[in-house]
Amino acid sequence: MRESVGSLMTGKVVTITSGKGGVGKTTATANLAAALALGGQKVVCVDADIGLRNLDLILGLENRIVYDLVDVVEGRCRLKQAMIRHKQLPNLFLIPAAQTRDKNAVSPSDMMRLGDDLRAEYDWILIDSPAGIERGFRNAIAPADIVIVITNPEVSAVRDADRIIGLIEAEEKGPARLVINRLNPEMVKRGEMLTPEDVIELLAITLIGVIPEDESVVIASNRGTPIALDEKNYAGQAFRNIAQRLTGQEVPFLDLERKDGFLGRISRMIGLGGKA
Amino acid sequence: MSPNVKIKGIRDGLLITLSDGKWPSVEAALFQHIEQQADFIQGARVTLDVGNHILHAAEMGKLRDKLSEHGIVLRAILSNSPTTEKTAQSLGLGTRISKPHPEQLARPLDTTLQGEAGVLVQRTLRSGFKLTHPGHITVIGDVNPGAEIIAGGSIVVWGRLRGVVHAGAEGNEKAYVCALMLAPTQLRIAGKIAISPPQGAGPQPEVAYLQNGQVIAEPWDMKSR
Repeated sequence: MRESVGSLMTGKVVTITSGKGGVGKTTATANLAAALALGGQKVVCVDADIGLRNLDLILGLENRIVYDLVDVVEGRCRLKQAMIRHKQLPNLFLIPAAQTRDKNAVSPSDMMRLGDDLRAEYDWILIDSPAGIERGFRNAIAPADIVIVITNPEVSAVRDADRIIGLIEAEEKGPARLVINRLNPEMVKRGEMLTPEDVIELLAITLIGVIPEDESVVIASNRGTPIALDEKNYAGQAFRNIAQRLTGQEVPFLDLERKDGFLGRISRMIGLGGKA
Repeated sequence: MSPNVKIKGIRDGLLITLSDGKWPSVEAALFQHIEQQADFIQGARVTLDVGNHILHAAEMGKLRDKLSEHGIVLRAILSNSPTTEKTAQSLGLGTRISKPHPEQLARPLDTTLQGEAGVLVQRTLRSGFKLTHPGHITVIGDVNPGAEIIAGGSIVVWGRLRGVVHAGAEGNEKAYVCALMLAPTQLRIAGKIAISPPQGAGPQPEVAYLQNGQVIAEPWDMKSR
């Protein structure tokens, strides 16, 4: 599909952030990276959550870390030395966070320089932002071309997402794109959970994906193999759909308003996956 | 008994009422009064109620000149005597309080308004954003929960209002808040605080204002404005 050759690549830096912690930033980063790599793209993900690194665990690469982001920034190693290749996906790389330092070890301008270096050689640079609105968040969005805000369909997560979207606009990185994670279709149907429409009405940004709640996402994360690699899983399919939307393809959304059963929905989703 | 002189403020200046008695002494009392209260009266536009006194052109002209020496503009003469009224009219003076001065006839036709100071903000205020201004505030966009607006005057939101707003923050109880969708987390006008009812906002634009110390919210109705 791509016609570019190595020397003239201009990759896109995508920062995944949320404001609130625990909504699934790291899981989404790992899965989007895996889904993009699965589609043949050259991907590197950067864990910007210095001091609280997780992305290496979810990608199953913890035991391969020698150098990290702070080592690169402080010149203790070359960029290539800190990049860890994924076990199953040869075109997916990770630059891990330092575990023994804090967010102040890196500055927004360091991150911008890193982004420029990586854009030259990769299609996609995914940055996993820490929670919060402080230095770590600012580091993470400094080099971004696209910012993805993850939220859960809960009032507290949506409130924090609204705050973070405001800050992204203030940094002139907007408009952010929205992913709603851990949506429980049964609870939505019973009127016990915010619907995607409720969330979009408040946040007023473009939705690029809805991930249904599924315990196998957690199981896959614990195992260090992102769910996006599981061809049969529908949460994985939702992540693969987002990856396709990022690459400019139009993939229809899952119709959660339909009154038919859960199985009907799943089969439809698989059907969509086949077409796309 | 010394003649009585009463002064009160009216819409277009001062009304000075003179008592009965011999005109020269009444006139003397008037000027004594004017000199005593020069600071207050100086530069005023005066309507003089002369009661039953009958004044002819010479006396009235002298009176007007003497008043103008004191920096006072004689605007009208009120009198019970048709002769005095006629004299006043011949000198171009008014004979009624309500009769507008030729200068003021233009007022109702003057369609250039001064307006009041305020700010216009053309963006959605998301959680964590705060907007403060001593005048009025207009927002073109939504005001989301977690955002805050504090205005000395009124607040207009051309969008959905769901954050915290405080109109008349310096105590102006005439301030109001209106929005296309009025569902604030909390709404304050001057010293009064209100929260939105749990059923949420109506489908139409609404306005909230203070009435007898209570915050009232009702659908926007141009006719009642």
